[in-house]
Amino acid sequence: MSGGPMVGVVLVSHSKEVAASVAALAVGLAGGGATAPVAAAGGTPDGGLGTSAELIAAAAREVDRGAGVALLVDLGSAVLTVKAMIAEGDELPEAARLVDAPFVEGAVAAVVSASAGADLAAVAAAAGEAYGYRKE
Amino acid sequence: MVGRPRGHGGAALGVLRGIAAVFLHTCADSGAARAWVLTGENGEKEWYVSEVILDAGFFVRWMAAAAGLVDREAERLTELDSAIGDADHGSNMQRGFAAVVRTVAAQPPATPGAVLVAAGRQLISTVGGASGPLYGTLLRRAGKSLGEAPQVTAAQLRAGLAAGVAAVEELGGATTGDKTMLDALVPGIEALETSFDAAATASEEGALATVPLLARKGRASYLGERSIGHQDPGATSSALLFAALAEVAR
Repeated sequence: MSGGPMVGVVLVSHSKEVAASVAALAVGLAGGGATAPVAAAGGTPDGGLGTSAELIAAAAREVDRGAGVALLVDLGSAVLTVKAMIAEGDELPEAARLVDAPFVEGAVAAVVSASAGADLAAVAAAAGEAYGYRKE
Repeated sequence: MVGRPRGHGGAALGVLRGIAAVFLHTCADSGAARAWVLTGENGEKEWYVSEVILDAGFFVRWMAAAAGLVDREAERLTELDSAIGDADHGSNMQRGFAAVVRTVAAQPPATPGAVLVAAGRQLISTVGGASGPLYGTLLRRAGKSLGEAPQVTAAQLRAGLAAGVAAVEELGGATTGDKTMLDALVPGIEALETSFDAAATASEEGALATVPLLARKGRASYLGERSIGHQDPGATSSALLFAALAEVAR
């Protein structure tokens, strides 16, 4: 669980601000100590709403330390773009994985678990478990 | 289901029926070296479409023609998308296909497969909406299935597109009747067995037939019953791909 490289986390949203804010929130809640590498890939390169494969690929490269990259997405084209990149493309690191999780809660769980040294499967599981926390 | 290849024997018989003469013919300058031209009873010429040979130049011209049609129809695509989507389909497709044309013109790929793979990659990179990964997957998977052959037959193109459509179905989780691009792609590919013109007509009819459908995928599905009565923008742009194919093959 520790010593080796950490899993990287990429947060993909239609909005630049949402992706950056959720990244800041997750890192903030991960607490002190070494934090896993986190990058935001929000909106289109010109700052509009949408999804950019180029920003996603750049973010994934930025956080790839060799332990895998967990990608969390918001909806629609963000989901389809990451799926298409994983299924057909070579733009993402070998061990890149789309994580099926709620965006905000999943991001916090992913960053906390990755920072604790969890491997990619454990990070994905922790983020996915966030679906189970009911709010009423 | 999509892309289940039917035997070509039936199509060949259909075309051969009533044919007075069959002779070898090549069009050296077209890129689509037509292996056979069939002359019908009343003198008109028909291509035995499965035998049509297509090279990389043909695929580059297809992408250019698609970009031209997308340009011409961009306003209409966006108008359709403003009724049930987020009003960006026209500009998204314009941006994507303009990038495709720039890329294949700057570095012309050597094979039909490479043209489609490069085009698909550009669409995924530049479109910015869900149509990017969907069209990108369609073309990239079709291109991969064509392999590295310097020329392919129309029948191989049809099989490649069928593989692309299967990948699109898997990616989006949609099926025909869900009011998506599949409603134009699937009939277009079916009819490609007959001719490029038949494929263009069938996909256009498929797009028109999305009007009464209830959207089951994408943003339009949030509208529920209100999506009924509008033509699907994705099916409409899919029909443009087949219209471009027919235009280039002529």
